[in-house]
Amino acid sequence: MPRLRVLGWRPDPILWHLFLASLWRRRLATLLSILAIALGVALGLAVQLIHAEALNEFGRGMRVLSGEADLQVVGPQAGFDEALYLRLAQRPEIAEASPLLEIEARLPGRERNLRILGVDLFRLARVTPTLLPVAAVEDETQATSGAETPALAAPTARQDFRLQPLQEGVLFLSPAAASQLGLTSGEQLAVQSGLGQAILTIAGQVPGAGRGQALAVMDIAAAQRTFGQIGRLSRIDLRLAPGVDREGLRRDLAVELPPGVSLHTPTEAQSELEGLSRAYRVNLTMLAAIALLTGAFLVFSAQWLAVVRRRQEFALVRALGLDRAGLRRGLLGEGALLGLVGGVVGVALAHGLTGLAFRLLGADLGAGYFRGLTPTLSFQPGLVLAYLGLGVAAGTAGAWLPAREATRMVTARGLRAGDEAEAYHARPRWGLALGLLTAAALLCGLPPLAGLPIGGYLAVLLLVVGAVLLLPGITPLVLRPLPGRSSTLWRLARARLAAAPGQAVVAGAGIVASVALAVSMAIMVNSFRVSLGAWLTQMLPAGLYVRAAPAGTSGYLDAAAVARLAALPGVQGIRPIRYETLRLGAGGEAMTLIARPIGAEAPLPLVAGSLEAGISYRHVDPAPHRFPPAWITEAVADRLGLGVGAPLDLPLGGRMQRFLVAGIWRDYARQQGAVAIEIATYRHLTGDEGVNDLGLFLDASTDPQALMPVIRDLLGKAVTEMILPGELRGMILAIFDRTFLVTYLMEAVAVMIGLFGISTSFAALATSRRKELGILRHLGLLRRQVAHLLALEAGLTALIGVLVGLVTGGAMALILIKVINPQSFHWSMEVQWPWGLLLLFSLAMILLSALAAALAGRQAMRQEAVLAVREDW
Amino acid sequence: MLAIDNLAKHFDAVEDRPLFATVSMRLAPGESVAIMGESGVGKSTLLNCIAGLEGVDGGRVQLGDRDLTALDEDAFARLRRRDFGFVFQAFHLLPHLTLAQNVALPLWLLDRDAVEADERARAMLARVGLDRRADDWPRHLSGGEMQRVAIARALVHAPRLVLCDEPTGNLDPGRALGVLELLFEGIRGAGAMGIMVTHSRQAAAFADRVLRLTSQGLVDAAEPS
Repeated sequence: MPRLRVLGWRPDPILWHLFLASLWRRRLATLLSILAIALGVALGLAVQLIHAEALNEFGRGMRVLSGEADLQVVGPQAGFDEALYLRLAQRPEIAEASPLLEIEARLPGRERNLRILGVDLFRLARVTPTLLPVAAVEDETQATSGAETPALAAPTARQDFRLQPLQEGVLFLSPAAASQLGLTSGEQLAVQSGLGQAILTIAGQVPGAGRGQALAVMDIAAAQRTFGQIGRLSRIDLRLAPGVDREGLRRDLAVELPPGVSLHTPTEAQSELEGLSRAYRVNLTMLAAIALLTGAFLVFSAQWLAVVRRRQEFALVRALGLDRAGLRRGLLGEGALLGLVGGVVGVALAHGLTGLAFRLLGADLGAGYFRGLTPTLSFQPGLVLAYLGLGVAAGTAGAWLPAREATRMVTARGLRAGDEAEAYHARPRWGLALGLLTAAALLCGLPPLAGLPIGGYLAVLLLVVGAVLLLPGITPLVLRPLPGRSSTLWRLARARLAAAPGQAVVAGAGIVASVALAVSMAIMVNSFRVSLGAWLTQMLPAGLYVRAAPAGTSGYLDAAAVARLAALPGVQGIRPIRYETLRLGAGGEAMTLIARPIGAEAPLPLVAGSLEAGISYRHVDPAPHRFPPAWITEAVADRLGLGVGAPLDLPLGGRMQRFLVAGIWRDYARQQGAVAIEIATYRHLTGDEGVNDLGLFLDASTDPQALMPVIRDLLGKAVTEMILPGELRGMILAIFDRTFLVTYLMEAVAVMIGLFGISTSFAALATSRRKELGILRHLGLLRRQVAHLLALEAGLTALIGVLVGLVTGGAMALILIKVINPQSFHWSMEVQWPWGLLLLFSLAMILLSALAAALAGRQAMRQEAVLAVREDW
Repeated sequence: MLAIDNLAKHFDAVEDRPLFATVSMRLAPGESVAIMGESGVGKSTLLNCIAGLEGVDGGRVQLGDRDLTALDEDAFARLRRRDFGFVFQAFHLLPHLTLAQNVALPLWLLDRDAVEADERARAMLARVGLDRRADDWPRHLSGGEMQRVAIARALVHAPRLVLCDEPTGNLDPGRALGVLELLFEGIRGAGAMGIMVTHSRQAAAFADRVLRLTSQGLVDAAEPS
C-alpha cells in the first residue's frame, strides 16, 4: 500500500511506485539530471531577473527624472540654445515647461562621475516635484516634526528650501549619491569643468530620487556658469494643457525644433535602453537555453537507459493490463518531475545568483548598459512560473523519446531476458537529419525579427538536434576505417557499437550538445578576442593618451592645453579626438560623433568603402557643392539603412550639415553606433576646439612613463588621466574576459554535464548489460578486462560524439559570428580557429569519458559473474 | 467459456512458414488445460497470442461473447487487466515493490481503492502462506516463495482466465508440487479457466486435460505423436 500522502491527497500507486519512485532508486542519474536542468533554469532566470530589476530601477529613475512630463525636448550632448525654452513656454498648448541642464560631472580624485541636473526650481515643482531638493535645515526639522513631505514642513524650513538652492556653489545629493560619495551636508565636493575645478557645497538631499538613483541637483543658472554652458540647455520637460493631443503637438513641434533636437515621451528612453540591452540579454538567455537543452539531453540519456533496464518490468505491467497511454504518462511524468525539481532548485539558485550579482557587480551583466544602478532583488512570480515551466518542458522533452520507445516495445519480447539490445538498434535518420540541417542553413539567411536574430537561434537549435540524429548513421562510418583485426577487446567494443549504434546516441547525445556549445563559444570568443586585439592596435596607434575626462563628461582639453602638449620635447605628433552625442534617424536614436584625423596615417578599421574621399577632400573652405565625407560604424549602417555613397545629415553647429558616407568601419566600443568625421571639418563647422582624448606620438628615445609626470605638472594632477596603449589594451581585454566570464562558466557547466552524462550512461549500460558482461567473465575475461572493454566503448563513443560535436560547434560558431552577432550587436569579426585548444579539449574529453566509463563499469561489475548470469538464462 | 478456432501464427509473419496453424480449443469456467510439446513448437507463442501480447495470422479467440482477435492493443490491455492472470517461469516480481504491493499491482491497475487493494493482497498472501512476509522484499525469497507470490498476484483480482508459462520451470521437484497444488486450487476455487504450458508431465497431471501442440494444431496428449 502506498504510504505517501500529501495534504490528504494520495498519488496514483501505479504512477508513484512504478514510475516516480524509480527516480529515487537511480539517485545519481536523477541528481545529475536535476542539476543539469537546475543550472539551465538558474542561468536563464538570473539573466532575466538581473535585467528586469535593472530595467525596473532604470524605469523608476526615468519616472523620477521626468515626473509628470508629457513630452521631453532632448538635445545633443553639447546642448541647445535656451531661446527654445522661451518659445515653447509661451505656446498655449503647453501648461508648464521645465528647463534642465544635465552634466555628467567628472569628480577629480574619484573614480565615479556624478550626474548633475541644473534645474529651475519654480518650474521643477510643477513638472518634476520628485527632484525637489530639501535643505539640510529642513531635513532636521522634518526629522523632529515627523512630517513626511516638504509641503508639511515648518515655515522656516520652507524658506530655506526655497532660497538655498538658488545660491551659487550649492549642490543637493540624492541619498544614493550621498552614500556613494560618503558626503553629508556642509561638506564640499570638487567638480571638473574643462581643465578647471569648481568647489560645490552639499546643502541637502533630493529625497524623492529614491535609493537607486545617484544624482545631484543644483540651480540651472549656477550650473550653466559652473560648467561653462551659459545659455545652453540639454532638456526641456513639457506638461501639456488639458485636452491637447500629444501626438499632434509632437508632429507640430518637430518641424520647429533646431537640428539635432528631438521630442520624446518619457517612456521612450526606457524603450531605447531596453532595445539596446535586449540583444545582450537575449544572447545570454540563448546560451542558458542551450545549457537547458544539454540538460534535456542528459534527461534523455538517463531516461533511455532506465527504460532499457526496466523493459521486463514494463512488459510485465503491459501484460497485466497497463495500456500504452498509461505507460507513456508514467514515463513523461518522470521527466516532468525531474524538470519540476530541477526548476525549483534552479529558481532558488537564480535568486541566490542574482542577489550575489547585485551585491558584487550591481545590475550590469558585463555589457555596461546598467552601470551605476543599485537595484534590489524582488520575487517575480510571472518569470519564476515561466522558468519552472521551461524546466518541466525540458524534462518532459528529454523523456519523450524514451517513453515512445517503451510504448513501442513488443510486450511478449520484452518479457524475455536479453531483449535490451533491441533498444539500441537505432536506424540512421539521414533524411530527417539532413532536412533539419538544410532548414538551419536556410534560417541563417533570414533578416533579424524585431532586432533579434531569431533565424540564427532557430538554426542553432535545429543544428544540434540534426547532429544528434546523425549519430546512428555516422557511427558505422567512423568505425569502418578503424582497424578491425587487433585485440579481442577492441573487436568486441567495435562490434558492439557497430551492432548497437543507438548506444552511441544515448551516451553521445550529451557529449555532442556540450562539445558543440563549448567549441562554438571557444571559437566565437577567440575570434572576438583576436579581432578586438587587432582593432585596438589600429585604434590606439599613439605612444601615450591624455584624457581630460571620459567622453561625455564635463572635462575637456582646450586648444591651449593641446598646443602645450604638442610642444613637449619627444612629442612628434598628436591625434586629437572630440566626442559628441548626436540624435539621428526618425526615432532620434542617440549615437556618438567622433571627430579625429582620418587618412592613410590615421586609418579606421574599414569593412567597406575607403579613406580616399577623406584624403582628397578640402576640409577647411571646401569647394562649393562638395559634401564632406563621414565614416559610419556597422551599427549606424544597419540602424539607418545606409551604405557607402549615401548622404547623411548631421546636426552640427546648430544646423543640418550634409555628409557623404565614404566608408563603414568596425567598432566594438559603441553598440548604439558612431559616425567618424575629420576633426578639421568638425572644427570648421562648429568652432569647437575642445578635445576629449589626445594621442601623443613619441620619438623612439622618449619613454612615455617618464613623460607622464611632466604632463601632470603641466595640466594639473587632479584633472588629467594618462593611459599607455599597452595598459589600455590590457584593461580592455580584461574587461572583455570579465564580460565573457558568464559564457566561460556556461561552457564549463556544459562540459561537466556532458562528462557526467557519459559517466552515468556507461554506469547504467554496464548494469543493464551485466548478463552479457557476466558471460564474458564466464568465458574467461578478467574483471579489469571488462573495465577496459567499457572504457574502449566509451572512448569510441566519446570520439564519435566529439567529432560530431566539433563539426556542429564549428557550424554553430559560424552562425554566432556571421549571423547572431552582426544581427544582435552589429559587430563583425574575422573567424579565428583555436586549433590547439580544440585538439587538447577533444583529447581530454575522450580520455575523461573513457576513464569515467571504466570507473562506472568497475562499480557496476562488483556483482559476481555467476549471479549476473543466473537470473533468466 | 474460451473458444479458440483455427488460430494460426507464422514465423515473423511469413505465410509459408507456419509456426502453428488450425489451433482450436474449448475451455469451460473452472476447467484447466495443460499444453505440452517439443521445444520451439510455439507453446509460449500460443499463450502470448491468446493474451493478445502477440498478433495472430489467422483464426479467432473468443472469451465469453467477445472476439479477442478483433480488439486493438489498448482494448486488449484493458481486458487483460480485468480478466487475465499470469504466472511466468521467471516469476517477474518487481524487485522494488514489497510482496503485498506486488500482489496488489493488478488491483492498482483496476483503480481499486488503495486500502482495499492492500487488504485483498494480504488476504491472498495468507492463502499462499506468506502473510507474515507481506512487507518483505522479493530478493529475500526463495524461488518457490517467489512463485507463490506470483500465483497470489495472478488470482487476486479474480480473473476469468489464468495463463501459466512453465510455472515450475525454475523450481526443484519438491517445491514444484506445492506450487502447482496452490495454483490449481486457486484457479478451480475462483471458478476461472487455466491454461498451463509445460514440459513436465508431473505438472501437466494437475490440469483437467493435457494437450500437445504440433504444427498441425492441438491434439490430445494421449494420442501418439
